[in-house]
Amino acid sequence: MKFKKIALGSALLLGAALSSVSAQAADKVRFVTEGAWAPFNFIDSAGKPQGFDVDIARALCAKMAADCEILTQDWDGLIPGLKVRKFDAIIASMSITEDRLKVVDFTNKYYSGGLRFMGRVGETFDLANLSGKTIGAQRATLGAQYLEDNFEGKADLKFYDNQDNVYLDLVSGRLDIVLSDELPTYNWLKTSESGSAFEFKGDAFMKTDNIAIAVRKSDTQLKEKINKALDAILADGTYQKINAKYFPFSIY
Amino acid sequence: MDFSVVIEYFPRLLEGAWVSLQLVMISIILGGIFALPIALARISPIGWIRAIPFAYIFFFRGTPLLVQIFLVYYGASQFDAVRESFLWPVLKEPFWCAIIAFTLNTSAYTAEIFRGAIQAIPHGEVEACKVIGMTKTQMYRRVLLPRAFGIVLPAYGNEIILMLKGSALASTITILDLTGMARTIIARTYTPMEIFIAAGVIYLVISIVIIAIFRQIELRQNRYLGTLSIKVPDKG
Repeated sequence: MKFKKIALGSALLLGAALSSVSAQAADKVRFVTEGAWAPFNFIDSAGKPQGFDVDIARALCAKMAADCEILTQDWDGLIPGLKVRKFDAIIASMSITEDRLKVVDFTNKYYSGGLRFMGRVGETFDLANLSGKTIGAQRATLGAQYLEDNFEGKADLKFYDNQDNVYLDLVSGRLDIVLSDELPTYNWLKTSESGSAFEFKGDAFMKTDNIAIAVRKSDTQLKEKINKALDAILADGTYQKINAKYFPFSIY
Repeated sequence: MDFSVVIEYFPRLLEGAWVSLQLVMISIILGGIFALPIALARISPIGWIRAIPFAYIFFFRGTPLLVQIFLVYYGASQFDAVRESFLWPVLKEPFWCAIIAFTLNTSAYTAEIFRGAIQAIPHGEVEACKVIGMTKTQMYRRVLLPRAFGIVLPAYGNEIILMLKGSALASTITILDLTGMARTIIARTYTPMEIFIAAGVIYLVISIVIIAIFRQIELRQNRYLGTLSIKVPDKG
């Protein structure tokens, strides 16, 4: 008898838990970011994700009046994870590209980027002749793809799991040149311990690079909700406040 | 699931598989060479000679291979002394960093396997060597090491397969081995299932080949065991 009661009780509890999950699912949005792309997303000393992307995600959630969770995931697992519903929206400074559009959908842009080379101060840099140079980038980024498309065979290319390891190898001298997004590089040159020994090489390019939030192709409702919230934070000055916290110029 | 990407990128996966094979072969050969003296020192009757390989094996068996790779690749390069030394041209290359880490790791495991094999030889055979007046060197060269080689084979084949799977960690230090190549392809195609399945199949095929080779060597090396089986004469 006792056993029956326990079984019945736990069945009821399970049922309650399941129904509360489905009730929540309607307005619960699971954002995911990478956590290794300062100042856009990084893990603070308390182990929590912080940065521009995270602030924007929080502002969007407030506008959507949604219950939000912000998760982290390695860069090359973001799109696969989104596809298998481990999270609902990627806010990780991801550029809209043709390849990515084949598998996911993007909201309107929330900032614009561009690529720019970086190398040791005073070292010569000639885009037309990079043979013998080792160039590094983070795997599965716009920069890595650009290198593969344009410098395969013309220079020694190296791809890393995350940007922090790219910086480590630049400082150690394994890399001569790094190709990355201009804004995080700007931040690294300004704020990191070794940044002063390095500088931008050449001008920024691909400046039409639109950075947006990725959602599943089937999730048109969420996409529209995020777009509306984006418009709202741009109109009421919330966006500008977050922008000013990280950069002294507009990055929109 | 769209397996046309596998066909399209198969040559690049094979390129990666070749790098994996090179990593495994070089580190297994170097590791085997280092393992023998380590194993012999490990069974030395002199205490302090035993202690050094013990500490070495304890460290490399007790820490993750990933940590060892990172220590060699990212750790060593933090020091100016390393960057300015004559070793830097070697330590600069991720391939050689992986070889160093894998060799150190596998030599520790292999030394333990060798030690176990030498100690597994029945004591009577050692005594027999002594009785007929062999020197220690003769005993090792003629009897103990060849016998140990036969005993060691199954465990050693196992270690090579473990090394093959461990070599996937080379992808974390920019090496385009089979796993690194698969991840780079996925970065472009966003088809992790298809490409990882293909990479997995290639790993399996390599494992099967290694198993088959060891089976053959085992049969050959231990063929004398066949004569030990007693044939019961027919009663009829």
